[in-house]
Amino acid sequence: MPSEPVVEALDLHRSYRTRTGIVRRERKDVEAVRGVSFAIERGELFGLLGPNGAGKTTTIKMLITLLLPTRGTARVLGHDVVDAPRDVRRHIGYVFGGDRGLYERLSALDNLRYFSELYAVPPRDQKQRIGELLELVGLTGREKERVEGFSRGMRQRLHIARGLLHDPAVLFLDEPSIGIDPVGARELRATIAMLREQGKTILLTTHYMFEADELCDRIAVIADGGIVAEGTPEALKQRVRDGHVVEVETFGLPDGHVEVVRSLSGVRSVALEERGQAQVLLVQVEPGAEVTPGVLATLSDTKVGRVSAREPTLEDAYVELVSGS
Amino acid sequence: MNRVRRIARLLAVSYWLQIKMLATSAFEGVFQVIYPLFFATTAFLVFRQSNDPHALVYAGLGAAVMGIWSVIATTASGLLQRERWHGTLELLVASPTPFALVLVPTTTAMATQGLYSLVSTLVWAWLLFGITVPVASPVVFVIAIIAAVFSIALIGFLLSVTVVRYRTAWALGNMLEYPGWLLCGFLVPITLFPTWVAWIAYALPPTWGMRAIRSAADGGTPWGSIVMCLLLGVAYGVVGALISETVLRSARRHATLSLT
Repeated sequence: MPSEPVVEALDLHRSYRTRTGIVRRERKDVEAVRGVSFAIERGELFGLLGPNGAGKTTTIKMLITLLLPTRGTARVLGHDVVDAPRDVRRHIGYVFGGDRGLYERLSALDNLRYFSELYAVPPRDQKQRIGELLELVGLTGREKERVEGFSRGMRQRLHIARGLLHDPAVLFLDEPSIGIDPVGARELRATIAMLREQGKTILLTTHYMFEADELCDRIAVIADGGIVAEGTPEALKQRVRDGHVVEVETFGLPDGHVEVVRSLSGVRSVALEERGQAQVLLVQVEPGAEVTPGVLATLSDTKVGRVSAREPTLEDAYVELVSGS
Repeated sequence: MNRVRRIARLLAVSYWLQIKMLATSAFEGVFQVIYPLFFATTAFLVFRQSNDPHALVYAGLGAAVMGIWSVIATTASGLLQRERWHGTLELLVASPTPFALVLVPTTTAMATQGLYSLVSTLVWAWLLFGITVPVASPVVFVIAIIAAVFSIALIGFLLSVTVVRYRTAWALGNMLEYPGWLLCGFLVPITLFPTWVAWIAYALPPTWGMRAIRSAADGGTPWGSIVMCLLLGVAYGVVGALISETVLRSARRHATLSLT
């Protein structure tokens, strides 16, 4: 008999009401999440990958009971996020990226003590638990310093420790590596991998492809409020592996050229990336098609730099999925 | 029993950490000491015209408690907004602890901070205006102050809960500050007001707290006022606790928890 998923979202919807104008105020409903469904099995590290504004954080906030869905249902460890929020909260940890979410005037130790109380960590276990977590995130020896003096990376590590205080079965990590340096991000990924090895079920949202590729057992790509693809990183890469990618470096690319290139025969999708002074066209090409002469012909009035072809990556799969949604 | 012990520990640790947080800001500390002195000075200058030493003692005690009310009225309503700015409001809501138990120690710590102004006002009154407040029953006097602080903290809790849903509702606190000074009888006897206003005053715990403090200073028996002060304070706290979950659900529905 298959076990029940640890996290289950069924047709989740969430809309926001915004207002415009001062004198004549107009209401507008914005649908941030439209029919998101997925299931996460015990011990799985599931990635929710998508660009800014795709609906990742809104989805995660519904699952951790901070937002009520406007439609659909979600369950965490069998508890409904709307009807039994407190049962859900007892078993989950939530960590988000950025340097907010801590009491600046308190020491790291006091921050952890406070949240230990809020999560009902037994007093006799607190000292040992906090010590272990400080060790885990590499803040041993700095715990008595006020958080206001911490770097962004240290704050992020303290966030992780905070989220693990009550040893939750399920962890929700909302862009935890955002804004931290490469070394810090690598350490963070190692910590996340270790947590997965310990058997934690993890939902990770990110827009860093390599992070999702390295860590996740399965990935759902979310764009414009809906899931556009779901599978293992390998399966997602396979979607574009049959073709290849042509990169064309341009300088001063006029408006409208991307659409022209996109309409060429054999072109699967096109994305534009700014790299310093250059604008690089990333053209995903159908298997067997040769589009380079056609692309260069459309750029006859534009200064063109390096042109190269390469194998597709997970990022290319992501770009194709997101731009095609 | 375990649950009771856990809640008691949660309240105590949270209260202590909040006090720690408030005490680390020298600026806020100085502000809490100096700000009430302007109003106290005005009150002393007005009351001095009567040449009645009793009136000056009346004003001295009233001005001292006024500071506690001011701290709560202005800061409790902005408490959740501050948590929003720090990005901690969502974390507090996402914890399994009932929201009321998260907020009560915080507003109690804020009201305790108002004791700075109580002491500074009494010292100011003595140094500059020669007002000495005779305290006939020091122990009862302290108990009355504790009761007043606690009940004002619970009003602060109710105030902070009611503003979860609306980000700019913190301004409500500023609006309540001055009416509170009058209604609670800090400076003017309630008997001077029309009857309907007096009834509003009697529904406010600080009115009874103020009455108890004055009675203890005079050597009277303020126990009835202390009990009324505490009962009303607890009633405000219970109302706050009852509405907190409803208000939070509304905030979850309208997505106002993360807005700054």
